[in-house]
Amino acid sequence: MTTVEESAPAPEPAAAPEERPIGYGRLRRKEDPRFVRGKGHYVDDIQLPGMLHGAVLRSPLAHARIVSIDTSAAESHPKVKAVITGATLEGLGLAWMPTLSMDTQAVLATDKVRFQGQEVAFVVAEDHYAARDAVELIDVEYEPLDPVIDARHALDPGAPVIRDDQEGRTDNHIFDWEAGDKAATDAVFARADVVVTQDMLYPRVHPAPLETCGCVADMDPVEGKLTLWETTQAPHAHRTLYAMVAGLPEHKIRVVSPDIGGGFGNKVGIYPGYVCAVVGSILTGKPVKWVEDRSENLMSTSFARDYHMHGEIAATRDGRILAVRVDVLADHGAFNGTAQPTKYPAGFFHIFTGSYDIEAAHCKVTGVYTNKAPGGVAYACSFRVTEAVYLIERMVDCLADELGEDPAELRMKNLLRPEQFPYHNKTGWEYDSGDYPTTLRKALDVAGYQELRREQAERRERGELMGVGVSFFTETVGAGPRAHMDILGLGMADGCELRIHPTGKAVLRISVQSQGQGHETTFAQIVAEELGIPPEDIEVVHGDTDQTPFGLGTYGSRSTPVSGAAAAVVARKVRDKSRIIAGAMLEIAPDDLEWEKGRWLVKGDPGNARTIQEIALAAHGVLELPEGVEGHLEATTVYNPPNLTYPYGAYICVVDVDPGTGAVKVRRFVAVDDCGTRINPTIIEGQVHGGLADGVGMALMEIIAFDEDGNCLSGSFMDYLLPTALEVPAWELDHTVTPSPHHPIGAKGIGESATVGSPAAVVNAVMDAIGVRHADMPLTPGRVWQAMHGGVGAPQ
Amino acid sequence: MQVTINVNGEDRSADVEARHLLVRFLRDDLGLTGTHWGCDTSNCGTCVVLMDGEPVKSCTVLAAMAAGHEVRTVEGLEGPDGLDPVQQGFIEKHGLQCGFCTPGMMMTARALLDRNPDPSEDEIREAISGQLCRCTGYLNIVRAVQWAAQHPAEAEQAPAQTAGSAA
Amino acid sequence: MQVPAAFEYRRASSVEDALALLESLGEEARVVAGGHSLLPMMKLRLARPEYLIDINDLSDLDYLRVEGGELRVGALTRHRSLLESELVFRHFPIFHDAERVIADPPVRNRGTIGGSLCQADPSEDLSAVCAALRAALVVRGRNGTRVIPMAEFYRGPYETEVGPAEMLVEIRLPLVANAGSAYEKVERKAGDWAVAASGAAVALEGGRITQAGIALAALGAATVNSVRAEQALLGREPTEEAFAAAGRSAAEDCDPVTDGRGSAEYKRHLADELTRRALRRAADRAAVAALAAGAAGEDG
Repeated sequence: MTTVEESAPAPEPAAAPEERPIGYGRLRRKEDPRFVRGKGHYVDDIQLPGMLHGAVLRSPLAHARIVSIDTSAAESHPKVKAVITGATLEGLGLAWMPTLSMDTQAVLATDKVRFQGQEVAFVVAEDHYAARDAVELIDVEYEPLDPVIDARHALDPGAPVIRDDQEGRTDNHIFDWEAGDKAATDAVFARADVVVTQDMLYPRVHPAPLETCGCVADMDPVEGKLTLWETTQAPHAHRTLYAMVAGLPEHKIRVVSPDIGGGFGNKVGIYPGYVCAVVGSILTGKPVKWVEDRSENLMSTSFARDYHMHGEIAATRDGRILAVRVDVLADHGAFNGTAQPTKYPAGFFHIFTGSYDIEAAHCKVTGVYTNKAPGGVAYACSFRVTEAVYLIERMVDCLADELGEDPAELRMKNLLRPEQFPYHNKTGWEYDSGDYPTTLRKALDVAGYQELRREQAERRERGELMGVGVSFFTETVGAGPRAHMDILGLGMADGCELRIHPTGKAVLRISVQSQGQGHETTFAQIVAEELGIPPEDIEVVHGDTDQTPFGLGTYGSRSTPVSGAAAAVVARKVRDKSRIIAGAMLEIAPDDLEWEKGRWLVKGDPGNARTIQEIALAAHGVLELPEGVEGHLEATTVYNPPNLTYPYGAYICVVDVDPGTGAVKVRRFVAVDDCGTRINPTIIEGQVHGGLADGVGMALMEIIAFDEDGNCLSGSFMDYLLPTALEVPAWELDHTVTPSPHHPIGAKGIGESATVGSPAAVVNAVMDAIGVRHADMPLTPGRVWQAMHGGVGAPQ
Repeated sequence: MQVTINVNGEDRSADVEARHLLVRFLRDDLGLTGTHWGCDTSNCGTCVVLMDGEPVKSCTVLAAMAAGHEVRTVEGLEGPDGLDPVQQGFIEKHGLQCGFCTPGMMMTARALLDRNPDPSEDEIREAISGQLCRCTGYLNIVRAVQWAAQHPAEAEQAPAQTAGSAA
Repeated sequence: MQVPAAFEYRRASSVEDALALLESLGEEARVVAGGHSLLPMMKLRLARPEYLIDINDLSDLDYLRVEGGELRVGALTRHRSLLESELVFRHFPIFHDAERVIADPPVRNRGTIGGSLCQADPSEDLSAVCAALRAALVVRGRNGTRVIPMAEFYRGPYETEVGPAEMLVEIRLPLVANAGSAYEKVERKAGDWAVAASGAAVALEGGRITQAGIALAALGAATVNSVRAEQALLGREPTEEAFAAAGRSAAEDCDPVTDGRGSAEYKRHLADELTRRALRRAADRAAVAALAAGAAGEDG
């Protein structure tokens, strides 16, 4: 099962222009010609006749009772068409909406505001300027309440109760959740030679796609049909939820997700602004556009992480890892709005055993409310695998520090061995395939690890601080099997439809939606590989619920593992049918035909063949078909994955730290990924590059911080810092290929690997440079300097 | 107030409020939606256009301030002979994913190459350092600009020929 | 996106016109040049001028020239011109150091030195540069011109000596023989405002420091010279010990606050560290300048 490809230099040499891969390979993206001309079509590009503009009034306070709202001045603004408050929505039964975690969230606040930036009122006006002006005319009287900002005090006796809208609630506790065997784990810890304990915070961060969230809602009062253009990663799930919540018939709702300017998990949930725009359109009879500004995006939409983790690792004195134990305090903000499979309130965090062969593991996660924005699962996190990988990869480095062992060697010693797959870990996961030691060895070779260690020693002699950080991650993506995984009762299987036109061109309709991943290219390549139809002859339709089959959308690296599998399966169905038709054309039994990419040929007589294009025409023609075979050439499928897929990789980061200022420079970053079968290597590399930049950003500069009153200190790009071209190195990529045994084409998904795997490598490198066991992200110059001088770091 | 701005070689006029931003003038009044916006504090650079040949952030220039100046947007990059080498470079080197930062990045690249036809990697990184990309990690953007520098007059044509062919 | 509150726009055709507009429109009028500080503040609705007076057409305020033993910089000179000017680099390499780390290239294409100084942000880099260089600022009103030393230009954070009907028109930087200058800044990423920064300028004669200017950014409520640090250097040889003494004084006399950029303790450390680094480079440059002047003298 395991094959390892020879190392390919990056970038691999471009194919000659006349070479056009019909199937997998380095195909230029089909999307690019429109984007490089500025002809992408994003939500804010939409202009409809008579369209009105919405703007949201937000709470300036983190926790306060609403005494009164006076909208009269706003309503008398000459360009204002409607002012919507919580009271308006209450009349429609829409003041509260369900979250993706079976909680409720206020659409517009009625009783209290529970975080700074919470939605309080919505103005609809003739133009964007007037809507913004009128928001300022609304007068809200608040009675301030004590906020809960530090999650570590959310469960204190006497802490202010945030969710007093829930009857009988007396505290801020959301859930306790456990995985693994506590007794067995405790027993291993009791007999271990070495136990290392470390507290760490994975800070609150934000996906911050460059396009903010927004929508255009257009309710046609005659047809009773709502068309909603949304920045959504999950158009079908949104349509169903709108139907359930608003009572609109589902066939009268069309959700369109046009070109999306990046998602990263930020565009999974339903935000109050969308609901308000829909209500605005219903009330005014006109289309209503609402697009949030950057501050609204950073302060109110899905954040990520905010996990306070207490980690413990047990090992033998000679460096055999025995067990891992974790206690997590999860800050979910004011409403539990995390987006993950329903049965997993901590997402897939319990894959924190990572890539290692250990005897026992246990975790406990406690979720709490605080007076901060809701969210928690976002930012390419694979449902909290990010937190899990960071935890285990930091703990392994802490253990290496304790034992005085080289962190790469310690990992090599403990990695799962190829013969252990499929591997059942101690918290219930079945890893599908892997050859971890080969991948780590390759990363060490590409980096020149031994040479780096020599250089580091020399520089230390000169007082220079150089660090080398290693991380090895195992992802679990492609949610997921219907038996275990659903979101609000919707199973996580995805549909797909393929139709071959009479002339042999094709249209593939998929349920997932691209936010830049290049689905129009890779999905065409999947079909091309199966049928031999050139990718340029295959139109991929996505993002429009009226045009595509049902499915749960693009997040958690699930497009290729789930929907990609569906595309391969549906293409194989078409191929099977084309065999029967080819048999009829050649007047030969289908079993006597064999497939060669693009055509069926007669066994033993290869000159006698029918191409897929010829077969398509015949299927639509007058050819007499065998009994029970319908005409035309098309198929549909719904793919229910038998298991998740487990991409993995080995990352090595080299940093230099300025001893006088604490400033960190990432000098090199080597990433060796294994995502199974590689459909388009160019697109895969692009996905990895982007994720590595995320990792550098989170490790060094990104944080959503609050002051003690709950004021968000990171409400613009002046304070929520994202890396530029000057903070990231020229990435050095390589790969191994270990196909997934249960996936139709062996592909595992790559969208989030680098975001998940890279932060630990950067932090490990910085700790290695400064000789400190642990400091929390983000490692800004000030925090690094503080760590070097024995401090715990400045606030934020 | 009436403003007239020369956009992509043509004088374009509209009656606008004084507070109308150049990016909104381009997008709302002229329908040139290739220029985007992504923040309010002139940090993200998705709104970069060329004003009198130099990159500026059009979210921080009033339409009134741009009156009488020459503005070039992504829609003005392609010439009668086909794509600008910068556009072709972004296709060749996979310099874009979601496409949102791409127009601004390409305009900056065009201005850079006009002044410095053979920039170093450091010079390219410096030139685009006022613009954010969340998808590419910047390396392929750098390679795209390098490709354009190496192919000053070799821009290929039409999307039909480039899309779906081997990279 | 965020948009400013409504205002009226005027485009000035000359300095006289701008001053007349300022006078007639009153205190609710603001001058805009690059706009990269003012317009974001207006979008956030933290600034709400009723009138904006656009001075971008006043190209006679966009110049760099040596006159009267000074480098004279027009207030409308863009950051980019300062960064790329050979003349500025030859006399004041500190500008080159600072401009490389001010905002980003598109912002530097629009932003002006006058706008930067008049914003009076205590984190603003050119304020520290001009303070270290002992600049004099020429402010013009309807009734004439005033020359204000940099040390007296700021009344406090975001507040300058420029009156409601006045405009900063020129920055004058005294040319000093055998001098060198440098700027050191720590930022969290490219384009960030300073966590802390230090600008230094020294002149050497006979191997000793005869003039010294040191000014810090983001290390107090206003940009001011570190007077004790400057005095600590006068008459001394440019040694590590002298720089360390100056760095210590700069750290002792600054007034940083703890915030998201770092703790007060860290910033105070940076005042010391960055001042020493800036002095080291400034002194090296001064030594090179002295050598070059000596060589030129011998040639002549």
